[in-house]
Amino acid sequence: MSDRFTITVDGREIPAAPGQTILAAAQASGIYIPRLCHMDGIEPVGACRVCTVRANGRVVAACTQPATASMVVQSQTDELVSWRRQLVEMLFVEGNHFCMFCEKSGSCELQGLAYRLGIAAPRYESIWPRREVDASHPDIILDRNRCILCGRCERTSRDLDGKHVFGFVGRGIHKRLAVNARARLADTGADVTDLAIGACPVGAILRKNRAYRTPVGDRPFDREPIGAPVETRAELTINGGPAS
Amino acid sequence: MASEDINRVVGEIGLRHGRERWRLMDIVRDVQERLGAVGPEAVDAIAGWLGIARVEVEGVVGFYSFLSSGQRGRVVIRLCDDVIDRMAGYDAVRAAFEGALGVKVGETTPDGEFTLERTACIGMCDQAPAALVNDVVVTNLSSDKARVIVRMLRDQKDPSKLVHRFGDGNNSHPLVRSMVENNLRKAGPIVFSGQTRGEAIRKALAISPAEVIRAIKTSRLRGRGGAGFPTGMKWEFARAAAGDRKFVICNADEGEPGTFKDRVLLTELPDRVFAGLTIAAYAVGAAEGIVYLRAEYAYLRRFLEQVLEKRRADGLLGRSVCGKPGFDFDIRIQMGAGAYICGEETALINSCEGLRGEPRNRPPFPAQRGYLGCPTVVNNVETLACVTRILEAGPATFCERGTHQSSGTKLLSISGDCTLPGVYEVDMGITLREVLELCGGEDAAAVQVGGPSREMVGPAEFHRTIDYDDLATGGAVLVFGPDRNIVEIVSAFMEFFVHESCGFCTPCRVGTVLLKEKLDRVIAGRGEPKDLEDMLELAETIKQTSRCGLGQASPNPVLMTLRSFRPVYDALVKPDPHGYRRGFDLQASLREAERVAGRGSQQHQEGVP
Repeated sequence: MSDRFTITVDGREIPAAPGQTILAAAQASGIYIPRLCHMDGIEPVGACRVCTVRANGRVVAACTQPATASMVVQSQTDELVSWRRQLVEMLFVEGNHFCMFCEKSGSCELQGLAYRLGIAAPRYESIWPRREVDASHPDIILDRNRCILCGRCERTSRDLDGKHVFGFVGRGIHKRLAVNARARLADTGADVTDLAIGACPVGAILRKNRAYRTPVGDRPFDREPIGAPVETRAELTINGGPAS
Repeated sequence: MASEDINRVVGEIGLRHGRERWRLMDIVRDVQERLGAVGPEAVDAIAGWLGIARVEVEGVVGFYSFLSSGQRGRVVIRLCDDVIDRMAGYDAVRAAFEGALGVKVGETTPDGEFTLERTACIGMCDQAPAALVNDVVVTNLSSDKARVIVRMLRDQKDPSKLVHRFGDGNNSHPLVRSMVENNLRKAGPIVFSGQTRGEAIRKALAISPAEVIRAIKTSRLRGRGGAGFPTGMKWEFARAAAGDRKFVICNADEGEPGTFKDRVLLTELPDRVFAGLTIAAYAVGAAEGIVYLRAEYAYLRRFLEQVLEKRRADGLLGRSVCGKPGFDFDIRIQMGAGAYICGEETALINSCEGLRGEPRNRPPFPAQRGYLGCPTVVNNVETLACVTRILEAGPATFCERGTHQSSGTKLLSISGDCTLPGVYEVDMGITLREVLELCGGEDAAAVQVGGPSREMVGPAEFHRTIDYDDLATGGAVLVFGPDRNIVEIVSAFMEFFVHESCGFCTPCRVGTVLLKEKLDRVIAGRGEPKDLEDMLELAETIKQTSRCGLGQASPNPVLMTLRSFRPVYDALVKPDPHGYRRGFDLQASLREAERVAGRGSQQHQEGVP
């Protein structure tokens, strides 16, 4: 591999390697750039746009844009935070989200991000789409009402599980999560141990018989805000502690 | 149809196209045509044939407007509902079709004979209202004609029988036989210059590929689709890219509402377009070319296939083109299936590979990794016609026209409130006022230059010029007279973007819907001054954060008109005299509450006449 270089993110100089994305470089140095459609271990696609940053002034998705030497990245500006907030609000009004009784509450990345960005209630009017629930599988429930079309399940199933259980149909606002069967998830090769089942950032794909096991107060985002593990690691690094 | 029959049909079609994954589009198109739908059994059969997941097939079928999982009628009538067609009487034509067929738009007659649909611009704005009856184009419609068409279709069952009088030029060619008119109003010295078949290719093959690229660079030719990327530079990147296998693609998917100049080029000068593609192939080192033809222009397909066949027979395609050893090149036609987004080059490449027409991330750029992962050049139809002229007459002839930054001529597709709608070849740098004088649109109150994606210009700015420095355009010029309602035009444009969003990224998928809702509320008189500020903010977010050019351009109708036609909006959002929130519809909210409660309120009932 060719030589490493540095970039700056919000004024902080950090190392990066050729081919590394802005998001990955930032994360390695303990800078959290919010994201929903990307997770470690799968190919980034830039669908949710929540990780939008300015790189040398240009607006790009941090999860797909490769870092280049001396690149100047802005992430936490008023402008970018405002865009992120709007994007998250769009995802809320696009689906049918009821945090108060959703079993994903407290570990939902959409909800976690809304709290982190200070969203109390979306300013847009809800679209209230009609979407299908698929409870056919003995161990997995698929509730499309909560789907944010991030595609993490699709990519994980295809690339990590080697199965292609999920896909998308329709176009534009009518785009929907689909399964690799005529109708039911039960007729696909989906298994509760698939990595794809755990890849969902929201409550659209859930394992059955696990709801509400963690008491309120103990759920991941009750303990610390989304993104905190990335940032905590940075503090350790800054204080001279171990980097991982 | 029984499952075994569906399997047999899919098997036959599969045999014709082979088992490669990238033939999926051809297979689903043919299945749709034969069976009237790509239903669950067919999806299974196709997935089995290609050895891919059925959800991939379903994803493709659900993406393109011309494909359908539900059964469609034997005859599908697609009414073009773009703004120009609406101005020309779409509503009356639609009502006449609905009346004669006894179904609404989106429905199929109970006997399974007819499906009536709306569709985005079919490239016939200069002869609107227009429609597609299966592949047959019918133009200049009226309610009377609509009723006659339905009667004839019931009697004769054959859409091609609808055409009695052929259009001019090759529209009357035995393989076209269409009523479409070229309406070529002004032929210029570059694209529509006299044609000497084969000359440009021979001149190109006499020099090295690097010299061909130098000639294109000297001409300063830029992409005619509207984005204006220097063509020579694009070729140079692809030439320099590593890889034994390279591709050149002709983008014949003009879908920007109000654009139809490529249709005329393909009808009258296909040889010049194919010559340009051949020269591009020689320059970058490609052996394979694709013409991605929009589904709306399927009526030109057999004609274009024959032109290609003739070129093969004459040694202009095939092994050792024009006797040049080592230069083998051929072209195939890839049909689209109704998706504006596929005009975007990476979405187009995905579509050629048999995938959903969603744009790709860049980098890598197509010149590095495009079709099937190989270095690929995608050029517009008109760009390729320019290439042919540049090689034929030399770069200097091209540069003589236009301006320094925007050399050459530009084809304009002009439609709307003007006396001479049609195609014009004008010098780059022409003012909008001059354009309006040419087409008899001097009374215009507004002109949309470049289609919905670009800019709405008012009379105070008619001195502006059509070139890459000012009004960059793929060529659409939509003329609106003083009686037209600007905000309703904007709403129609937003409807187009909502419909054509691929849905991949959040801002374009959701933001456009929210923006259109706000706009419609303002139009309905339920807006407040703050709504305009909210619209600006939302539009800016969509523009900045969307993943591809379509999304980034989608809020332009609102953004551009809020800037240039602000008084129109201000007049719609006067504050309520009583200080009430105009956006709140009390009656509608009551109705919603009553629906949930299952009964009406006494007071409200009395209020309803």
